[in-house]
Amino acid sequence: MNRVRVLRGVVGAAGFVAAVEAVGMSGLIDERFLPRMSTILVSAAGLIVDPDFLADATATVTAWALGLLLTVAVAVPAGLALGALPAVERAVRPLIEFLRPIPSVAIIPLAILLFSDNLHLRLAVILYASSWPVLMNAIYGVKDVDPLAKETLRSFGFGPVSVLLRVSLPSAAPFIATGVRVASGIAIILAVSAELLAGGAEGIGIFITEAASAGRIDLMLAATLWAGLFGVLSNAVLVAAERRLFRWHRVRSGSPR
Amino acid sequence: MLKITDLVHSYGSHRVLDGVSLSVAEGELVSVVGPSGCGKSTLLRSIAGLVRPSGGSILLGGRPIDRIPDNLAIVFQDYSRSLFPWMTAMSNVALPLRRRGLDRRRSREAAMAALDQVGLADAGGKYPWEMSGGMQQRVSIARALAYRPALLLMDEPFGSVDAQTREDLEDLVLRVCAHQGMTILLITHDIDESVYVGDRVIVLTRSPARVAADLEVGLGGSRDQIATRQLDEFVRLRAEVGRLVRGGSTTATTVLEQH
Amino acid sequence: MNLRSGGPVVPVIRSLGRLWLVAVTIAIWEIVTRTAEQPFFPPPSAILARMHELWFSGPASHLLLTDQALSDFGPSLARLFGGWLAAAVLGVLAGIAIGCSPRLSDYLDPLIDLGRAVPPPLLVPFFLALLKLGTPAQLATIVFGVIWPILLNTVDGTRGVDRQHLETARIFGFSASQRLWQVILPAAMPKIFAGLRLALSLALILLVIAEIFGGSGGIGYQLLWAQRSYLFPDMWGCLVMLGLLGYLLNSAFLLLERRVLAWHRGARQTN
Repeated sequence: MNRVRVLRGVVGAAGFVAAVEAVGMSGLIDERFLPRMSTILVSAAGLIVDPDFLADATATVTAWALGLLLTVAVAVPAGLALGALPAVERAVRPLIEFLRPIPSVAIIPLAILLFSDNLHLRLAVILYASSWPVLMNAIYGVKDVDPLAKETLRSFGFGPVSVLLRVSLPSAAPFIATGVRVASGIAIILAVSAELLAGGAEGIGIFITEAASAGRIDLMLAATLWAGLFGVLSNAVLVAAERRLFRWHRVRSGSPR
Repeated sequence: MLKITDLVHSYGSHRVLDGVSLSVAEGELVSVVGPSGCGKSTLLRSIAGLVRPSGGSILLGGRPIDRIPDNLAIVFQDYSRSLFPWMTAMSNVALPLRRRGLDRRRSREAAMAALDQVGLADAGGKYPWEMSGGMQQRVSIARALAYRPALLLMDEPFGSVDAQTREDLEDLVLRVCAHQGMTILLITHDIDESVYVGDRVIVLTRSPARVAADLEVGLGGSRDQIATRQLDEFVRLRAEVGRLVRGGSTTATTVLEQH
Repeated sequence: MNLRSGGPVVPVIRSLGRLWLVAVTIAIWEIVTRTAEQPFFPPPSAILARMHELWFSGPASHLLLTDQALSDFGPSLARLFGGWLAAAVLGVLAGIAIGCSPRLSDYLDPLIDLGRAVPPPLLVPFFLALLKLGTPAQLATIVFGVIWPILLNTVDGTRGVDRQHLETARIFGFSASQRLWQVILPAAMPKIFAGLRLALSLALILLVIAEIFGGSGGIGYQLLWAQRSYLFPDMWGCLVMLGLLGYLLNSAFLLLERRVLAWHRGARQTN
């Protein structure tokens, strides 16, 4: 059963490659604008050993990873605190509701003014944009904790902080993990957006900008392909980690995004 | 009307129906009773054309069932998964009628009449979730009535409501079906109910299902929840069906001899 | 149902009461920026004054909007909704097809996984090269970026349609189009709406990127231009405006969702 699915997936992907190649061969679209699929794939293979591209990719992945770590370090404690203190949460909630809808990339021009270091700039915008899902899920997760579990621990004489760490954090962890997975996707988008808009020395966004000005669309698409594959991989790793860590967590769909 | 001969069905190597034969005459209400998980639902789903049986034949009005018949209606046990929650009671009843060639106005009139028959004349504008379970099941019965099927299938139709509502619904079905001369095959695991509503009771054996007995119910046309259940004939039939369902080998004749 | 009780005045006062921290924050911001006199951070009053001057000092016949406002917001909103609607139509249609056919889903799954993992901004330079500068490239960016949540939610919703609902529809002789419009689509609607709402906020983000990168007008372009020209109150004005726009779009969509999915909320409360 599973083999059939994999086989069909391969057939689907191959079909897509063949279709794009056929469009390229038919000459309907100028090859300078839409290169043949074979050209793109060859370029993509070449990028693996291209030191420039590897340096660019490393820079982007570094910003992504550090940004995500920073997000977790800031948003998880904030979410736990807000979830545990309903009065504070009620007061802060409208502020969040006003800040959250600001399209995250719009703060990049502001960040350009504030940060001279490119990595700092990227980390700042990633932190701003990726924090929301982690924060919201952490708040939701803490609120969702079974009151009975908290009462039980309290009756054994545990203080509020240790109840938070022993009951609330573990119960909220699956929700936080989901938030981190969403944040991971947002972090990649913000990392490359910052590269595209703010420039800098290294990064996939920079690589693509340079390929564009050199008229090398095949290289642009090849680099985009790698970025996509990185996204698939990182998502798969996070999903697998969630499954492993939270096998005990009952399946539920009610968590907010 | 409905004639089933030697129906066999297996899921993989697991046989659920093992040569079931039965027939339902026009205007008859036949209840099929059997132990839980004996394959009653598979039988019903085969008749409805939702399951293609492994062997045997089903003739509905003389025609074999090779796809979903267009003159058949169904009332499921789980009304919440059968009524469409995004439609009002009226739309739930009226929508199938549009396919019967009725225009918008006429299908609404027919739906209104059917809702009236089940005592829900005022509830047409309500959504299923605004009603009690018993009312929702009335709506599904109204939908089936309005559709005027040649055969109505009922799959544990009173299984999800409380005892009082259950009796009301049993009487409702008896009343409207006598009124419309409807042909019904009703599936249940409740022995009392099978005897109370049926003109005939067909008892299935434990899985794989076979017909253990086909009993005529000699209780006459009009039934009463209290009086009928006190009749000797009712008590006798209930005992016999009970023994058969529990897998006893006593036949109708041996029961009679014991009397 | 509870929303309607108590009259309209009480909730308004209550929600104003909830906003005290916002007011305090703005007040502190005003004081700090006035004392610091940092050019990057103009005080909120200056930002509001600039926004009023730029966009909201027009004639009453234009709802007070200035010509500048119309030329800044008009094209942006048109692109935003155009791209979002196109993605909605494509995403819902494809999602229903994939949701109904496990086989099709097997074939397309890897492509969809890859497609949604590509950070959409990376494709902006490509669309700019392939299509015309301006609206076509911007639309392509928005459509490509926002179609994924719509598609995936529609697939999810379509797969989640109760089997017994489908069987009921088949037994009662619903035609294929009745099954689609009266059963599958309504049943999948809550998920589809969730996807559409997510897509709407994503569309605003991509609009800004597309306009900053390859635009010649619109609010995103205005934002970048203000920053490059060191017109900081203008830049902040654009930022506030974009936030307001995001808030309004989300609220308006929630309102629509509540209306369309009233049955869903009702059904959830009772089950």
